[in-house]
Amino acid sequence: MEQLKFDYPSANRWISKRAHVGIVGSGDMEVLMEPAETGSAHVSIQTSVNGFGSSWKAVLDRFFARFDGAVRIHINDAGATPGSVMLRLEQAVEVIEQ
Amino acid sequence: MSVATVIPAFVTRESFIELEARDRAQALMDPGSWRELVGPFDRIESPWLPMQSIAPQSDDGCVVLKGTIAGQATVVIALEGGFQAGSIGEVSGAKMTAALDLATHDSENGRKTAAVLLLETGGVRLQEANLGLAAIAEVMASIFALRQHAPVVTVIAGTVGCFGGMSLVAGISSYILMTREARLGLNGAEVIEQESGIEEFDSSDRALIWAVFGGEQRVGMGVADELLQDDAKEIAAAVQRCLKVGLPVVHRSQQIDLYRDGIAALDTSQQIEPLTLRKNWNNKQAKTKEGSA
Amino acid sequence: MSKQVGLRGKTWFQALTSVNSPMGGDPGSVLTADARLGEDTARFLCVVPDPKARFPCVRRGEVGLEEAYTLATRVSEVIDHSENVKKRPIVAIVDVKSQAYGRREETAAIFLAAATAADAYASARMKGHPVIALIVGHAFSGGFLTHGYQANRILAFDDDDIVIHAMHKEAAARITLRSVADLDRLGHEVPPMSYDVRDYAKLGLLHKLLHIQDPDTPAPATVAQIQKELIDAIADARAGSTDLRNRLESKGAREMRKAGLAARAYMEKQWSGD
Repeated sequence: MEQLKFDYPSANRWISKRAHVGIVGSGDMEVLMEPAETGSAHVSIQTSVNGFGSSWKAVLDRFFARFDGAVRIHINDAGATPGSVMLRLEQAVEVIEQ
Repeated sequence: MSVATVIPAFVTRESFIELEARDRAQALMDPGSWRELVGPFDRIESPWLPMQSIAPQSDDGCVVLKGTIAGQATVVIALEGGFQAGSIGEVSGAKMTAALDLATHDSENGRKTAAVLLLETGGVRLQEANLGLAAIAEVMASIFALRQHAPVVTVIAGTVGCFGGMSLVAGISSYILMTREARLGLNGAEVIEQESGIEEFDSSDRALIWAVFGGEQRVGMGVADELLQDDAKEIAAAVQRCLKVGLPVVHRSQQIDLYRDGIAALDTSQQIEPLTLRKNWNNKQAKTKEGSA
Repeated sequence: MSKQVGLRGKTWFQALTSVNSPMGGDPGSVLTADARLGEDTARFLCVVPDPKARFPCVRRGEVGLEEAYTLATRVSEVIDHSENVKKRPIVAIVDVKSQAYGRREETAAIFLAAATAADAYASARMKGHPVIALIVGHAFSGGFLTHGYQANRILAFDDDDIVIHAMHKEAAARITLRSVADLDRLGHEVPPMSYDVRDYAKLGLLHKLLHIQDPDTPAPATVAQIQKELIDAIADARAGSTDLRNRLESKGAREMRKAGLAARAYMEKQWSGD
């Protein structure tokens, strides 16, 4: 079990909705995305697979290179691949930007 | 004749099985009538799973929606089969029990509130073992209380099915609705094979599994009420029918003599042929289906 | 090496009722008798191994179809439906290996049989009968849900041979992909996983853990001690509610079931809503 935290101060656009997507099944994960009152983005991850901190950072860096919402994200992860992680994050964005 | 009748049903049908628990629950309720209670953003998660290096889920695999179905106040409780096989842990069990108790409280105070349980579950979550087992006993106690006032409808759609201690929860419900893709039993085939040997149950024999546990058999032998297509609208309509009928004259789990006699009449020197139970048991069930509102 | 499951149950059934055979027409695996307990005549029930049982998969003390329907019959026949009278206590003596793991059982809907027995116990409880489960040996899984877990007070011996669990150790190890040694270690860290009755007692589900000298061969003084404990539990049940709230309100529950109680508190708060 590993807890990871990342902050993205440049993501500061106001967001009003929240989103919950995904199931914590094997090789999958859930994303909870909600407005962050701090005016920047914060990500916390709880994952059953240890030692992939740099992969998480790489995926999140790519995600926040395109997405600028001030959101608080929590992820419960049961071993999603980087591709699945990005897909789940994009699904969450789709919900909040609807 | 409307256009819809000339389009084959499978084209227009919306699969219920393919929906996640939350979407299943929503598909049954009057649009705009429901709220989710103790939802994912409340983050009441299992404290026991992370201690065992297993990721928890923010709703613990249990979705509770309160609203109406065809105008009738109802709480829908849906288990997510994709998370830990829909197993019951401390939190998911507590959510079920609390929601059922509140429905009872409302029913006792002039606001009759029914419950619909969408069960996709292997039973006790073994990582929470004794708290899971205790939770099932408590869920049952809460159903016994609510069932005095309002119907408790169990829907087993598939594909996980309803097994272990949660099969008792189905057994004490007012009505059980199943699809052909659903299974219902206390012990799954794998467990029987492990405990009693392959000659007792060959768990690789898919045909045997469906012949014993499948929805068609369970409805056919009269231990479940309706066999439904995997169609969200059809399932929603069946749930509405159950709520409209209201409580059965007698709950199935109170028909002691009927089933005791049925068991006494079985030839136990060999395995029991599932089809004979369809023939010998089903016609005796008529009484449960004539409900009283 | 653990002893044969069900022998303790039979020993204690006999000690408390002076009866050692089933009621007329019942299978050999279910013992039922009425016996004095203080000022009451309590109904005692116990599932015991019957090597000659009709169903092969129950012969070692498992709870199967006949056992469940017999329990349901024998419990429901003593339910008094009148109001405002003192109701007879019902005592489930629990020493059950598990539910029956058989194809015959599944084919003939053992889930419904188990549900029916639990229904009878719960109906008795809700009608005001004090229902007490006395765990003298094993209380496993579907066997316990069928016979005992709907009681409004649960007593268990404080003894190494008491095991209360969702699944026996070997099967739980296989299914959770762990070794038995891992499970033992986990049991100490994660109390709900433990196979030790003292850890079970921490969960707040028991009314009381009973310290006892000679559980296998009880002396008259030990039997008298347990009778007194049953009488006290019956009095406590009569003074309390007919639901299972005592399991949630116990000190142990407040310690060990914090997440469940939080879920319940949130549900209560959000239920009325807007």
